Order: sequence, then structure tokens, then C-alpha cells
Amino acid sequence: MTRALTPILPWAAVVLVWYLVPATGLVNPALVPTPWQVLLQFWEHMTVKHLWLDMLMSFMRVTIGLIFGIAVAVPVGFLLGWYRPARTLIDPLVNFFRALPPIALIPLVIVYFGIDELAKAVMLFWAAFFSGVIVMYEGIVQTNPLYVRVARTLGATDGEIFRHVIIPLAIPHVLTALRVALGVSWATLVASELIAAQRGLGAVIQNASNYFQIDVIYMGIICIGIIALAMDRLLRAVTARVLVWQERIVA
Amino acid sequence: MSTRPRIVLDRVRKEFDAEAGKLLVVDDVSLTIDDGEFVSFIGPSGCGKTTILNMIAGFQQPTSGAITLDGKPITGPGAERGVIFQDYGVFPWLRVKDNIGFGLRLKANHAEAVEREAAARHYIDLMGLRGFENAWPKTLSGGMRQRVALARAYAVKSEFLLMDEPFGALDAQTRGVMQDVLLQALEHEGKTVALITHSVEEALYLSRRVVVITARPARIKTIIEVPFPYPRREELHRSPEFAELQFQIHEIVMREYENQQRLRSPTVSGA
Repeated sequence: MTRALTPILPWAAVVLVWYLVPATGLVNPALVPTPWQVLLQFWEHMTVKHLWLDMLMSFMRVTIGLIFGIAVAVPVGFLLGWYRPARTLIDPLVNFFRALPPIALIPLVIVYFGIDELAKAVMLFWAAFFSGVIVMYEGIVQTNPLYVRVARTLGATDGEIFRHVIIPLAIPHVLTALRVALGVSWATLVASELIAAQRGLGAVIQNASNYFQIDVIYMGIICIGIIALAMDRLLRAVTARVLVWQERIVA
Repeated sequence: MSTRPRIVLDRVRKEFDAEAGKLLVVDDVSLTIDDGEFVSFIGPSGCGKTTILNMIAGFQQPTSGAITLDGKPITGPGAERGVIFQDYGVFPWLRVKDNIGFGLRLKANHAEAVEREAAARHYIDLMGLRGFENAWPKTLSGGMRQRVALARAYAVKSEFLLMDEPFGALDAQTRGVMQDVLLQALEHEGKTVALITHSVEEALYLSRRVVVITARPARIKTIIEVPFPYPRREELHRSPEFAELQFQIHEIVMREYENQQRLRSPTVSGA
């Protein structure tokens, strides 16, 4: 019984603190909506203002950016990790672009890609690609050459080594890259939805900010947190399932 | 036991590129390994014995001289030469039985699923792995992992076992058990074995010839014929002849270790 309640405890504590802080008088209660107010806003937005559509929109943007970003990051990261010359040549570039905060790119993205879905997709792709590519290649660099040697002594060809040794060894890194990129993508989402988005959780927050609806801002932020957490949990579950063989399971 | 020569090392020399020019690691090693025999290499660590084994395995090529297998030069690794590493090299993403069947999925020694299953089962029994067929390697001890590696090399019907300190990471008890596992496997299915070890006892107990290697560069200091007949059993350790021979080899090896220490002292090692 108590074990079933344990995961709820920290959340209950957060809600409690949230209730108590305005009561202490340390902050202006007008600036901190109560959890109940936020919940009411959530209900109203869900039923009247189609909040689920915003959630879906944001989820789709993150997912599409993530899929494309990682789809490119995996082969590129692999090549960088596997071929030393490629690494020495391209590593500084990758690190340069990775260090740029996506928000700083917004003006340029608008100039080159306009303000439509494409612009947001580009930003999310950028975020997912550069965070994923690093994880991928750092992981591949650490591949234990012993397994390749063993496969060779058993008579494996280069193609067989790739299929039966290198791919299984790369999969954990693909999953880690996905998880890291997921976090970065959600962080980039709000920025990308600042580019004149009609819908999306970033747009909801932005609009609420214009009308000083602090409870709606809270609601939007919490929605992002919950969806991001749920996606991360899902990825963790997949990881634990796919990588049962690993010495340390990230579950 | 036939005395057909299988692997021949002919004036093998190996240099590596180092900061201060060339580093001579193996110098003028000539040796013939006969079919079905068990040869151990013993010598100071870092002396170049692993390099000798790597060249027989085909991972590295001699700088000069030649290594031939049945008269043909060795140009790369091959399934007929199974290699057993100190770190086992058991694939962590495959269950025990799939590790053992790994080689049989490859084009080089392809077998149908049924044969693969049968072979895996056979070597699981031979190496005493029954009950662990579906275990993940992470759940196995070092000794069990090395049994998996041995079974995997056996499954592809390798004619040779090249073993680089295979039991070096194991505790003394497990080491003793594994030596007997190896001897029994060889009684069931003979192979030609080259073993690298630090342990005089291990070299003496397992092999027909013990090759003592000098401190770097590796040269053959002496080759000792071990007179004890196979099959060998644990009790052999208790015979006075064993103790005497162990002492003699130990003396020779210790002298090389001392030379090695001198090599490593700061006044000499400039590189």
C-alpha cells in the first residue's frame, strides 16, 4: 500500500508548498494562482478552448522534429564515432553549432523559413539533431573493440560485423540520444512556438502572457512538464525492455 | 598424436612505431606448432608474447619473417583459429545459447537452425553450462563467461585455440576448475592450442611444451618438453617430478622478470 503511494508523495509535497507559499505573505498572492485555480483553467481550456488540440500540436511538433533529427543524427553520429578522420574534421563544427541556443536562431529561421510549420520544424530538428549526434558519437567512440575482434575470429565478414555486432552495440546509444534530444526538444518547443504560432502549448503560454493570465501560464507549463515526463517514461520503459542485457539498466 | 606441423613461425620479427623511432617487440622467433599439441608461452608481462599470439591469430602481420598455417601465410583472422581472450569477449546482448551459436549464423560456417541448436546444446553440456542456456552474460561469473567463450569457439569447429591469459582474471579456485574444464574438452575434441600465461603451474599442467620468452624484445629463451602423459588430472600437481620441473621453469622465468624490471628502470627506458 505505502509503496503504491510513494510516487505520489513528492507531487503532493509540491502542491502543498504551492498552497502554503502565498499564505506566508512572502509573495503577492495575486501573482501566484492556487492549484485549484489552475485546475479550473485546465478544465475550461480542455472543454471550451480545445486545449487538447494545443497539446496535440506541440506533441506532434516535438515528435516530428525528434524523429527527423534523430534519423539524421544516428548515421552522422555513427560515422563521426567510427571514422577518426571524420571526427577530427567535423567535431569542431558540430560543437560550434550545438553550442548555439536555438532561440538565438529565431530571427534567421524567420528570414529563411517564414513563420509557418516549416520554421518550427527546422528549429526542433536543429535541437534534436545536435543533441542526438553528440550522444551517438560519444557512445560509438567508446565501443569495445574486443567484440569486433571476437566476431572476426569466428569468421565474420565486415557486413556481418556491422549487422550482428555494431548495430546491437549502437542501439543503447540511439535510445540515449533519443532521451537527451527529447529534453532539448521540449525546451526548444516554446521558443519555436513563439514564432507566431496559432496553436501549441508555447502559443498558449505566450498568449496568456500578453493578457497577464498567470494561472493559464502555470497551466501551460504544467502541461508541457507532464507530456515531456510521460514521453520520457515511455522511452525509459522501451529502453529497459530492449536493453535487458545491459549491465546497468536505466530504469 | 601426430607430429604434422601446422603453424610455423619462421624468423618472425615485429616492430612498432614509437616516438623514438622503431620499437622492436618480437625478435627472431622461430617455432613449429604440431597438430594437436599444446604449447604455452610464458614470460614477463609486456614482453611481446601477446604480439606473437596476435600475429598467429592474424590481427597483426610480422614486420619480417613469416607465419604459415599448413604452409600458407596467415593474412587475417579465421574461424579455424579460435581466440580466447582474458576479458572473455562474450557478447552481452546475446543469451548464452545465442552466444555459442553466433559463429554458426555467419556465412563462413553457416548451419541451419536445427544444427545450430544441436551444436549449442552439445557444447553447453561439454562446458558444463546446462541450466544457463537462456541466461544473460551479465548474470554469469568470470569462469562461466569463459566457458561460454570456449563453447563458442568449439561450436565453429575451430582447429586451434589461441588463448591469451584466458584464466588470468579468475580467482585461484576457479582457475583450477577452468584448467580441468579445458583439459576435458580437449580430451573430447582435440585441438591445437597456444596458450599465453603468467603461471608456471598452469603452463606445466596444461601443455606439452613450455616456451619461455625473454624480456622485450621477445625471443625464445628456451623450450621445455613436459614429460607427463595425457590425460592429466589434478593429482599431477602432487608428484615430485611436477614440483621439480615447476621449480626449474620458475627459476628461468624469474631471471627474465628481473631483466624486465631492469628494462623498466628510469635510467634505461628513455622512450
